[in-house]
Amino acid sequence: MSMSILKRREHSPAPASGNPDAKDAFFRMEKINKFYQMGEEQAHILKDVDLSLDRGEYLSVLGPSGSGKSTLMNIIGCLDVANSGRYVLDGQVIEDLGEAELARIRSREIGFIFQNSQLLPRLTAQKNVELPLIYAGVPPRERRRRAREMLARVGLSDRMGHTPNQLSGGQQQRVAIARALVGNPTLLLADEPTGALDQKTGRQVMGLFRELNDEGRTIIMITHDMNIAKYARRVVHIIDGVLTEGGGTADA
Amino acid sequence: MLDSIRSTFIMLGECVKMSLANILGNRVRSFLTVLGILIGVAAVIALITTVNGFSGSLSNSFSAMGAGTLTVTVTGSDLKSGLSTDDLAEIAAMGIVDGVTPSVALNARVSRGGSYETGISVSGKNGYYFTRNPDLLSRGRAINFTDEDNMTQVCIISPDMVEQFFYGVDPIGENLYIGSIPFTVVGLMTEEGSGNISDMMSGSPDILIPYTTALKLNSANVVTSFTVYLAAGVDSETASDALEARLEAMFSYEEDCFEIMNMSSIEDTMQNMLNMVSALLAGIASIALIVGGIGIMNMMLTTVTERTTEIGLKKALGAIPWQIQAQFLIESFLLSIIGGALGILLGLTLSLVLSKVMGTSFVISTFAIVLGAGFSAAVGIIFGWAPARKASRLNPIDALRSA
Repeated sequence: MSMSILKRREHSPAPASGNPDAKDAFFRMEKINKFYQMGEEQAHILKDVDLSLDRGEYLSVLGPSGSGKSTLMNIIGCLDVANSGRYVLDGQVIEDLGEAELARIRSREIGFIFQNSQLLPRLTAQKNVELPLIYAGVPPRERRRRAREMLARVGLSDRMGHTPNQLSGGQQQRVAIARALVGNPTLLLADEPTGALDQKTGRQVMGLFRELNDEGRTIIMITHDMNIAKYARRVVHIIDGVLTEGGGTADA
Repeated sequence: MLDSIRSTFIMLGECVKMSLANILGNRVRSFLTVLGILIGVAAVIALITTVNGFSGSLSNSFSAMGAGTLTVTVTGSDLKSGLSTDDLAEIAAMGIVDGVTPSVALNARVSRGGSYETGISVSGKNGYYFTRNPDLLSRGRAINFTDEDNMTQVCIISPDMVEQFFYGVDPIGENLYIGSIPFTVVGLMTEEGSGNISDMMSGSPDILIPYTTALKLNSANVVTSFTVYLAAGVDSETASDALEARLEAMFSYEEDCFEIMNMSSIEDTMQNMLNMVSALLAGIASIALIVGGIGIMNMMLTTVTERTTEIGLKKALGAIPWQIQAQFLIESFLLSIIGGALGILLGLTLSLVLSKVMGTSFVISTFAIVLGAGFSAAVGIIFGWAPARKASRLNPIDALRSA
């Protein structure tokens, strides 16, 4: 079974020549499969996942824990690669890449937003936002300018010199959003972005997401919470590693 | 290409800043971590500096005792028991030689008026001896070349002799009997004596007389002990070889007729021994550096584990494995360099105190400082390598999940 999948992948034509859609697609996953070796047994985490996205879309992936949504997020975020299938992001085929190449794609294409904002406690808000630019080798002056700009965008102009423990949970998450945006990524990838926030703050963050999407940002949000998922314009469900289209949300 | 070099430097600069923030943010822990390196470097520096100071003092006292001289002791052969005045003149005429001082030692009964003393050490010298040891006389005149030629009966006496025989009297111009022969006192020695090694070995004589007179007293006609003062700039090893060749010829190439003592080569030997001891001690002290390195490695491994999430996050934000590795390597490097710098300061302070206590000279050894700094830098890189590698290999997914 898995042999035939591998074989098919090896012989699949390049996107430019064979499949005209693949080249044009901004985001396209075809028959993505992921297995984990759990001792003797092989767990089939993602089963033939197909997913396509256009630029400017706002998608949420809704699924309970253990559904495979974290694994899917890792593959979308180029933290992990699929065992089989094809993944094209912004015209680049993500497969069989080494760690360094994956890191480069993460740096250029993806802005991560995690559940616990994951700020470095010793650094100021501004320095935290600068972090992705440091690894991209952006010169200090431009780095500072862009970080300030992004913090202003998320409404934290007056908190740039604060360290995370001097900020509220909502402010921390907004710093994290600024950090995700600062590299001007093509895709914002959020993993339970409101998971650690109270309802009111969570709503504010969702409002910010909607604004960003209105500005043309492409967003994929992974969540187990129906109430959060509905903020996206399009929802897909993942259960037991199988992805199904859930249609647009009520207020889309 | 130029751009990527530039951005690499920017990145490394940020690594240094972040590492310093981490080190300074955890002052107590960082200090305890570098304590091993600190102690190791301090020990190495203190040892090397102290030994250097000691060897400096040693070489000073050696040159006071007679650097630039060769001391010859003649045992003689059946045919030739010692050197004649002509032989000495021949040696003195050698290009490498500035002058020669024979030493004719005898023990005598010395008397004046009703008091006498036996077993007094009397030494025969020549005029040249006094030109080379100008500080020897406190008063009066030296023995000169006329005394030598005429075998005059004049003497120069030590303060002990003054006390013994001339209590309350100015000795100069007075007579003193060596054996049964009267000598006129013409000069007085200082308390310190000559400090000359050959004089020390013959037990710092109390009375100096012309060597020709001493030979007559001894009923001998040859000299068996003399000191050769080398001309300025002559290497003592070369001179020693040349002198040996000349003496061998004088003794018709019979073996074991004489022995040349080269103060410089004795000093070299002692310095070599001192250096070996110092290297050995420094080697033992550098074990502390290795222990210190293990301390740093342990701390870095702990740090990597503690900062798993941070590493995962940085990877998610686009950090390449080698950037992560560089950051941790820089951190351990900085830690051990800081430890090394503190160790150098402590080591120098310690050796300054030691030199004051021991009365040796205090010379800051560049070699020791370079060694200490180099060693601690190497320790930081070597022992930081494994933890940094571990950090760089962390899977970002696992790293983030552990939060």
